[in-house]
This record gives sequence, structure tokens and C-alpha cells, in this order.
Amino acid sequence: MAKSNKPVVWGLFAAGGTVAAFITPALVVLALLAATGQIPPLLSYDRLHAFAAHWTGKAVLFGIVFLSLWHAAHRLRVTLHDFGARCDTAIAVAVYLLATAGSIACIVILFRI
Amino acid sequence: MAEQVTTRRPYVREVPKTHWFLRQPRYLRYMAREVTCVFIGAYAVFMLVAIARLAEGREAYDEFLRELASPAGIAFQLVILVFALYHTISWFNVTPKAMPVQLGESFVPGWIIVAAHYAGWIAVSIIILALAGAF
Repeated sequence: MAKSNKPVVWGLFAAGGTVAAFITPALVVLALLAATGQIPPLLSYDRLHAFAAHWTGKAVLFGIVFLSLWHAAHRLRVTLHDFGARCDTAIAVAVYLLATAGSIACIVILFRI
Repeated sequence: MAEQVTTRRPYVREVPKTHWFLRQPRYLRYMAREVTCVFIGAYAVFMLVAIARLAEGREAYDEFLRELASPAGIAFQLVILVFALYHTISWFNVTPKAMPVQLGESFVPGWIIVAAHYAGWIAVSIIILALAGAF
């Protein structure tokens, strides 16, 4: 059987889409509460810092950022084709590189906390 | 099929490459669903910035919260919320197609799979808000 990396790429896309579907609206509501002055306790500096300082907190934050980025990257690649762009290889390299760069940046930043 | 030499010019339906989806509401809904990825990606970058400001220290993080409370900050969150909700709804509505569930000989009806996702979504959202102390 021919080897293909499609299942990996699509699997991460689907995982990211599922995670984003379940949690992003609630996360935006938390940010909106913070923006209107009713800062949820977890978003205060001390609590969020303590959360991100623990390795499980780091893993959760990285998982959310990484999967969201990968989902967006893969869907953007397909969507640009739908908008008439016909240079899939260049687009694929660009979007996956951006998602990878963002994920690596996330790891580096998390380990500074 | 063997190649045929023909003097007739076959009709080729023109498909505009860049705005074909404006032709039908169904295509437009498909494109709206696909474009939500821009906003999911933007929110991932927003979260990355939030974590970076958190890592910088208390002052930088508090400044970040003040920026969040500005009209532009609130408008950004509201726009993201609209597209995030559209992503959630469109994602759950295709779950019976993406992962049909078979029990014995027959398939579980699609609406049950969709309803289960909506119920899970409500539960997860309440848990997140409760863990964050929003209530």
C-alpha cells in the first residue's frame, strides 16, 4: 500500500476542529468577562501563572494552541484552493511552517513560566 | 473510451475560479464554514500572545488585560465569538457524516449523534466556566 501522510495531517485537523468546537466559545466568553471588568478568578495573574507553571497546565495550553493552529492551517490550505489559488505545494509549505513555528514558540514561552 | 475527433464544440460550463461560491446559498454556507478557520487561527495566536504576556510578568499581563478591555479588544472577541459559534455548529452538524456509528446491523440515526455533541458541548462549556470561577 502506498504510504501517505494524509491520515496524520487530516487526523490533526479533525482533532483540532473538535477541540475548537467544544471549547473556543467558552474561552471567548471568559475573555469577554475579563474585558468587561469581571475577571474570572482563573484569569487573574496569580492563578493563571500557577496553572501554567505546572506541567499539566503547560500540556493543556500547548494542546489547545497547537491543535487550533494545525486545524486552521490545514483548512486554510484547502480554502485558498477554493478561492482560486492554484499553488498548493507552496501554500501547504507556508501554512504548515507557520503552524509549526507558532507551536514551537508556544513551547519556548511556556517553559519560561 | 477511445479519443474521438469531433468538429462540434462541446459546451463547457464556465466556473468562475474566485467567486463560484456566490452562485448558490449552499456554496456560500460551505465557504462560510471553511472561512471560520481564519478566526480559529487568529484566536490561537491571541492565546499565544496572552501566554507570552503572562510569561513576561505581572505588569505585562495586567497591561494585556487592560488592552483586552479596550473597544478594539472587545470587538475582536465579539467577532471571534460569532465565527467560533458558527464553527461549532457547522462542525457538529456534519458529525454523522464524518463518523457514523454502527450498532449491529443498523446505523445510529444522525440526529442522535448531533444531539450528543450539543449536549457534550453544553456540559464542557459549563465545566470550563465553573473551573475558571465565572459563576
